[in-house]
Amino acid sequence: MRRTIEANPSLFLVIMLLALWQILFWLVGRNALLPPLETILYLARLLQTARFWGHIAETGTAFIVALAISIVAGLAIGLALGINRMTAEVFEPFLLASNSIPKIALYPIVLLIFGIGMPAKIAFGAIHGVVPVAIFTLAACSNVPPIFFRAAAAMRLTRWDLIRSVLLPAALPDIFSGIRIGFSLTLIGTILGEMFGSQSGLGYLLMTAIGLQNIQVIMSVTLLLVLVAATVNTLLLKQDRRLRQPGG
Amino acid sequence: MRIVLYRLLAVVLPLALLEILCRNQIIKPLTLPAPSRIVLGLWAMIENGTFNAAIVKTLTNVALAFGLSVVVGIAAGAALHRARLLRTLLEPLFATYYAIPIYAFYPLFLIVFGLGDAPQVLIGFMLAVVSMIVSTLSGLDSLPPVLAKTPRVFQLGPVETIRRVTLPYAAPYLFTGVKLAIAYAFIGVIGAEFIMSSTGLGYEIRFAYDNLDNNVMYPLILLILLISVTVNMSLDRWDRALQARRGRV
Amino acid sequence: MDTPIPIHVSLRGVNRVYESKLGRTHALGPIDIDLRRGEFFAVVGPSGCGKSTLLDVIAALAPPSSGEVTFEGQPIGNTVPNGVGVVFQENASFPWLNVADNITFGLRRQPLDKAEIEKRLQYALQLMGLQDFAQAYPSQLSGGMRQRVCIARTLVMQPRLILLDEPFGALDQQTRLLMGDELLRIWRATGATVLLITHALDEAAMLADRVAVMSARPGRILEVIETGWPRERDSQIVSAPEFGQITARLWTLLRAQSMQALAPGSV
Repeated sequence: MRRTIEANPSLFLVIMLLALWQILFWLVGRNALLPPLETILYLARLLQTARFWGHIAETGTAFIVALAISIVAGLAIGLALGINRMTAEVFEPFLLASNSIPKIALYPIVLLIFGIGMPAKIAFGAIHGVVPVAIFTLAACSNVPPIFFRAAAAMRLTRWDLIRSVLLPAALPDIFSGIRIGFSLTLIGTILGEMFGSQSGLGYLLMTAIGLQNIQVIMSVTLLLVLVAATVNTLLLKQDRRLRQPGG
Repeated sequence: MRIVLYRLLAVVLPLALLEILCRNQIIKPLTLPAPSRIVLGLWAMIENGTFNAAIVKTLTNVALAFGLSVVVGIAAGAALHRARLLRTLLEPLFATYYAIPIYAFYPLFLIVFGLGDAPQVLIGFMLAVVSMIVSTLSGLDSLPPVLAKTPRVFQLGPVETIRRVTLPYAAPYLFTGVKLAIAYAFIGVIGAEFIMSSTGLGYEIRFAYDNLDNNVMYPLILLILLISVTVNMSLDRWDRALQARRGRV
Repeated sequence: MDTPIPIHVSLRGVNRVYESKLGRTHALGPIDIDLRRGEFFAVVGPSGCGKSTLLDVIAALAPPSSGEVTFEGQPIGNTVPNGVGVVFQENASFPWLNVADNITFGLRRQPLDKAEIEKRLQYALQLMGLQDFAQAYPSQLSGGMRQRVCIARTLVMQPRLILLDEPFGALDQQTRLLMGDELLRIWRATGATVLLITHALDEAAMLADRVAVMSARPGRILEVIETGWPRERDSQIVSAPEFGQITARLWTLLRAQSMQALAPGSV
């Protein structure tokens, strides 16, 4: 038994969480929770309706654009600041501090600038995602061992070759970690953005369901979000570990 | 020293630019009032005490969420460090935990716990506790075997070993956890207030936004930024001072 | 313990077997040795032969699977006996304590008054040449200095048996020779029995009264060689002709064992 669990921890974790969910349902009752099976069935029903797919498409579009902005802007900021030791030292504390800000407090500003709708959601998603990508890229640049630069100088690499064949490959694992975390936070930011000042998308659906106390919709949408976030993150994490141990 | 100057400039210059843009109506006051007006507004607000109740409410809930997460996080981390099987089982959950939109659970908490402070505290706690658990685990994991053996050579009992060796060794890791926990407690509580509660700073910001009351909204946003950045930076500084002495920068 | 008995530590039929994912491993034994009170005893052996396991068993840090270990006539249990001090190869100084607090770490829980603690601290600082570093933190010291701190931390407990597990393994050659001299001084000054585990033949040959040569795993004692050095000695004996003979004898015994330890299939 022990061996089986150790070989497949994720599988047993899912089983354990489902069991806890079911037990919680028995404890708090039907007007607060839906049991796992019913939630899954309800989600399956929702997934057969065109309107639900419309919400998914809306959230998906906002998320993909926000993620693209997060990655491009995060890489640009991280590289621009990280390539020079001075700028890295000056700006790193700001980046780190901005990570600890409750960004939701900034949402009204985003709404005032962009108005209600798609651009505001995208902006709010990107605000969440850009910080970790920038922080990790910056750290990745300063973490490249100095001996690599000395070795590159000994091999008479040009500046461009240095960036392309030394700096980027050496920094890639860290940058990838930043993108992985950026992915998760962009999704969270986009959903949060949809919960206010939006007329469509999964976040909007969640918010209206809260207003109507529609537990079926709340739980199915939550389940869908958790499933997508957890699955993608697990896949990215696997790739992350592969990048960190080439050949291992 | 030059770095401090540059950092100061990096704050002051953009603010000055904003001030100029706002005063010349290039940025409309409906979008953003001039930074100086926001600061004065915050000052007046604190003097009048209009939002003292909201501030106290938010800070109390943050403190509760934070305190709970530190106590529970360290205890759970220490317990998991021993319970190998349970740890293997939970490891994938920890790895993917911060990818999950915790706010999506908020409506469920509302239904289960009602409209009091409990849902906000719980969200803050749920966000904070996992980073505390993970930091505790990594602190305990990194204890070198030779430092685990040494207390036995000096015949220390389990309690003394924890007090005189394990805790001091793991302290920097726990401190990292504490820093994260306090940031997450803020993010969780204020987010929860913003989404659905009817008290606290998060709620007041949302209320001001809904009423297009920029003269209240911006000073409150500034207040939240100031509190979280100040807490974060002073903990960071303290951490660095402690670590420099130990020579682990 | 008023009348000194010649035998200080005694091992009879000691084995250590442990289970791991790869199955049962017979790490050590059977071992029968006696350490005489006040002697300097060294153990050399190929890597992975169980030298460190032997030390752990004597220190009660790891239980023997069979056999019996006695210290001062008493069988040892599962806690480190009073009067035994251990110095490890790895840096075991506590990074959060300064040198003085590191050294008095073990004294704080003993019923000693402040003056006595201070006296022992000053003596240990003096003996280890650490007087100027009492307030320094380990991170500010070199590897050799940190190891001195660990030795001093053991000495202030006034152990009657000092176990050293490759204490100079992480140091450079010159520092090792000098630390060897200091170890000899400490040994003479304290009158303690010293057991030194090492993989360095010259270190064993230079420091010890007797050197035990261990076999590849499972570690057994192949032979115990008497060096015949006078009690007053220092690292200059490396130039004595006997030193070369002893080292050569040790290497002859060890060579076959080391090749066996290196062979494919062994872990």
